[in-house]
This record gives sequence, structure tokens and C-alpha cells, in this order.
Amino acid sequence: MKIAVQSEPFDLGVESTAFASGHQDQGAIVTFTGIVRDTPDGTLQSMSIEHYPGMTEKALHEIASQAIARWSLGDVLVIHRYGDLKPGEMIMMVATAARHRKDAFEAAEFLMDYLKSRAPFWKKEFLTDGAGWVAAKQEDEDSLTRWR
Amino acid sequence: MVDVLYFAWVRERIGVPKEAVETTAATVADLVAELSAREDRYAAAFSDVSALRVAVDQNLTDFDACIVGAREVAFFPPMTGG
Repeated sequence: MKIAVQSEPFDLGVESTAFASGHQDQGAIVTFTGIVRDTPDGTLQSMSIEHYPGMTEKALHEIASQAIARWSLGDVLVIHRYGDLKPGEMIMMVATAARHRKDAFEAAEFLMDYLKSRAPFWKKEFLTDGAGWVAAKQEDEDSLTRWR
Repeated sequence: MVDVLYFAWVRERIGVPKEAVETTAATVADLVAELSAREDRYAAAFSDVSALRVAVDQNLTDFDACIVGAREVAFFPPMTGG
């Protein structure tokens, strides 16, 4: 398991290749990457991501451990950035390795659903006409019920 | 003495990211009441606790949670990771 909370950019290709290597018994690798999305009218200047050092790492380990306990996974990777990011930059990635694709896909979705509303990150958008904190969506909270 | 941390708009509203608070509060709710009675900026930030989340010693919990012996209590809005 690799969990990284960092301000620096990560290289999706390098991370994915490293994760996919050395798992001869794992037939499926799923990766998901989250990107800073601009508004439809292109007004996003930057996104600032705040987190709770200490608790963030702990929460990510717990979420990843739950995924490992629930699905038959060979490995899990979570990278999540904080700090100021521009539209188009990669915010985070998860990767799962499993013998079969169903476990890898489901575990990746589970990780994303829990990361959204249980990992202590907060996003603030800086738009051309002002700034504001991104509100949590009820649908993100609702999506957790699927896993209970 | 407990370290109280604030994140996102709670931090902005209260004006500091972290402070050491001398308290005899038994629960998170007691601590919220104590802080709210202190100054308007706390009362404003805590006016609707249903809009807030709380962690005690870095574990997500609720406002009834005991904080006796806790080192760290953190208040923040619902998280928006991913």
C-alpha cells in the first residue's frame, strides 16, 4: 500500500507503470485520476486545497485498509495533492490491483466515494469574479450508502 | 488544555488555524458553547453546527463526543476530497 499526501505534482505514467509492475499474480489494474475542472465559461483561476496534516494520512490509510479487507486486492495506491492548483492539473489518483477486474473496479470506486467525503480535504475555488469554498454534495454523501 | 483546530471557512471565520484552549468542557458540544459565549466570531462560526463536522484526536466523531483527556479537537465543514 502506498499513500502519499503532497503538494508537488505527480507523474501519472510513472506512478501507474510502477504500480502495475511486480504484480505477476494480479490480472487487473484500475487507475482513476482527478483533474482540476474549469467552469463551463472558463472563469476558474486556481483551486486551493487545504487538508488536515496527520488526520489526512490516517484517514487515507483507514479507507485503503477497508478496501483491502473487503475486496481481494493485491495492492492499493492513493496520491492526493494539496496547495494551489491550476485548471487541468492532476489533483489525485487512486490505483487498485486485483486478480480480476471486478474487484479492482469496485475497490477503486469505493476508494473514490470515501475519499470524497471522509478524507479531510477542502477545496476553495478562485474565480475571475470572486472566491468561494466548494460545498459538499449530498449525492456524494448518498453514494456511501451503497457500501454499507 | 486542548488544541483546537479550524479548517476551511471555519478557520477564516474564526481567524486562526489553531489555538490552545483552557477548558473544563466534557463534550464537543460543551466546548462549542464555551467558545460561542466568548466572542461573536465563534458564535458566528458555530451558529449552525449541523453544517460542521468535528474530529477528536483526528477521528471523525459527533458533537456529543467526550473530550476529557483529548489532545486535539478540530472543526471543519463537510469534506470535499477527491
